[in-house]
Amino acid sequence: MNNTKPSFDVDQVARIIEQHKNRPGALLPILHGIQDELSFIPSEVLPVVAKQLNLSRAEVHGVVSFYHHFRTSPPGRNIVQICRAESCQAMGSRNLEAHAKQSLGIDFNQTSIDREFTLLPVYCLGNCACSPAVRIGDVVYGNVDIDTFDQLMHEHSAVAVEVK
Amino acid sequence: MSTSATKVFVPRDTTACSLGADDIAKKAKQIIDSEQLELNLVRNGSRGLYWLEPMLEIETSLGRIAFGPVDEESVDTILRSRCWELLTEFDSILNIELPHFLGLTEEISYLKNQQRICFSRVGIIEATSIEDYNAYGGFVGLTVALEMQASAIVKSVVDSGLRGRGGAAFPTGIKWQTVLDAEAEEKFIVCNADEGDSGTFSDRMLMESDPYSLIEGMIIAGLAVGARRGYIYLREEYPLALKILNEAIELAGDAGVLGENILSSGKVFILEVRLAAGAYICGEETSLLESLEGKRGEIRPKPPLPAIKGLFGKPTVINNVISLASVPGILANGAEAYQAYGVGRSRGTLPFQLAGNIKYAGLVELAFGASLNTLLHDFGGGTRTGEPIRAVQVGGPLGAYLPENQWHTPLDYEEFMKIDAMLGHGGIVVFDSSVNMSEQARFSMEFCSIESCGKCTPCRIGSVRGVEVIDKIRSGIDVEENTVLLQDLCATMIDGSLCAMGGLTPYPVRSALQHFPEDFHVKADSL
Repeated sequence: MNNTKPSFDVDQVARIIEQHKNRPGALLPILHGIQDELSFIPSEVLPVVAKQLNLSRAEVHGVVSFYHHFRTSPPGRNIVQICRAESCQAMGSRNLEAHAKQSLGIDFNQTSIDREFTLLPVYCLGNCACSPAVRIGDVVYGNVDIDTFDQLMHEHSAVAVEVK
Repeated sequence: MSTSATKVFVPRDTTACSLGADDIAKKAKQIIDSEQLELNLVRNGSRGLYWLEPMLEIETSLGRIAFGPVDEESVDTILRSRCWELLTEFDSILNIELPHFLGLTEEISYLKNQQRICFSRVGIIEATSIEDYNAYGGFVGLTVALEMQASAIVKSVVDSGLRGRGGAAFPTGIKWQTVLDAEAEEKFIVCNADEGDSGTFSDRMLMESDPYSLIEGMIIAGLAVGARRGYIYLREEYPLALKILNEAIELAGDAGVLGENILSSGKVFILEVRLAAGAYICGEETSLLESLEGKRGEIRPKPPLPAIKGLFGKPTVINNVISLASVPGILANGAEAYQAYGVGRSRGTLPFQLAGNIKYAGLVELAFGASLNTLLHDFGGGTRTGEPIRAVQVGGPLGAYLPENQWHTPLDYEEFMKIDAMLGHGGIVVFDSSVNMSEQARFSMEFCSIESCGKCTPCRIGSVRGVEVIDKIRSGIDVEENTVLLQDLCATMIDGSLCAMGGLTPYPVRSALQHFPEDFHVKADSL
């Protein structure tokens, strides 16, 4: 370890670890806790978690990298998930995906230059009765066509974007 | 608001909310307050008639009347009309001329023609109200179970014929018997609420609309096998279900249903929700257990079965949400009553989910034995786009695509296996004539390559090669040779994969090839 100041609040992370570490199978609850509060899991946190749970850093890294939900870099202000699964495909989600990527100027798992939006694929939001479905933060939207999508991006953007 | 006030219902359910139910509830509250109406706003679950959401219901002396899909303007008109005050005789319903009026909710044919057993309370009660749950037969099964020997509870579940509703259809009672017979100081009940199959939402609905039935089912499972602790492994994609389950668990603890002294019996059951982290494979039971233990969700070879060596190495019952939520009814009404529904070895009911390109999408709980045609046409009303239905995928992303000549097949586990298909968790995704089946086959392989846990080679590498070979076929490169190669690859994955992920991914691929071969032959003019 070098001596540079860590990019995260050491006390905050210690508190999250402390809160969960005596639960059986504590690693996932700890990682959720960290991501919920810091919006991502900084790589410098891994050795701290590893030490507290008596695991190797590789084991913690292996878990973080296994799950799609955990991310190791800061996301944009809004996390936008577009469902790519079959029910949404049947209602035109392939076009919606293409439109989203084009209009935001990013691919899946990327963040827009203004850091307003991170675009993620998701495989089913359980909203299959009104496909296509999109989730922004913890809110799910149904029957999302291209116009609705643009409208949603407009509403969620701090910087007004032109709706065509 | 006085409790004697007339109840008005607006659902709190992910899909209803995704169509604006929260805004409708807010609007309704505003009007009730400003007009000082004698109305009590209740957030029920959804009835599952999703093309009618957001739905608004009002209690009357004749039963609940429904309006849907409502918008803020129509809510205003409906509530200001005070129509419920005039309803005293059945005929007076005919005189209601209000926007989106649907009549008595229970008389809507989509609902009336179902056999709602597991979903009997869904959409009727306020999800987290213990009072409502009790009023509609809640905790009767638990009360009965508390008076029974563990082995008698297990026998009841065996006799009911209940099979795992997650998809594998393994007899639930046999699984419980194995755990009961296993000697250990500690045992666990795990609920698999990692409902990842596209086209399925019955677990979500049940957890959001009637969470106590799942909680009650888990407590009974605990009594039956001698487990004192349970976990609900819930997918991260269900934030509302997480909130509602946590509320319900806390309230059940306060009410003395969960915890150190279940209904003053001295029996213990501690329950908590654990959040998954977006890995489809964790719906596979052994992978789920690894994840609960805080590890990568890599599957475990079986044997040992989780019933012998499961969570933290202890005997574990691991069941799907619907399986567990079916148990209280079985105990309350008897195994025979449940067993009376269904056909062959498929007993009871299955909550089917109509999804994708279908006009009337929603939840349809039916006894086994009806045909897919009944669901697609009588309930579903054909496609939403108005084009003919071309293909139907049943049982999630690992289920086969069925062409029209197979839609007469009875919805029965064994009958579906005979046509190389599966009922799975009851999800039905409908595609119209615009679907390209080679594109769907490619997606099946792509999905497997994204979600494979990586433990075994046929799944990890096979799925990647599958995408490549389908791309070649789609581009018209050595089509015949590559089709043989694809079939060979499918056989390897089926025979060589450790779990159902790699073992079943070939089913949608092969069904697409078999039933829709024209989609794999690139037309000369399109090259």
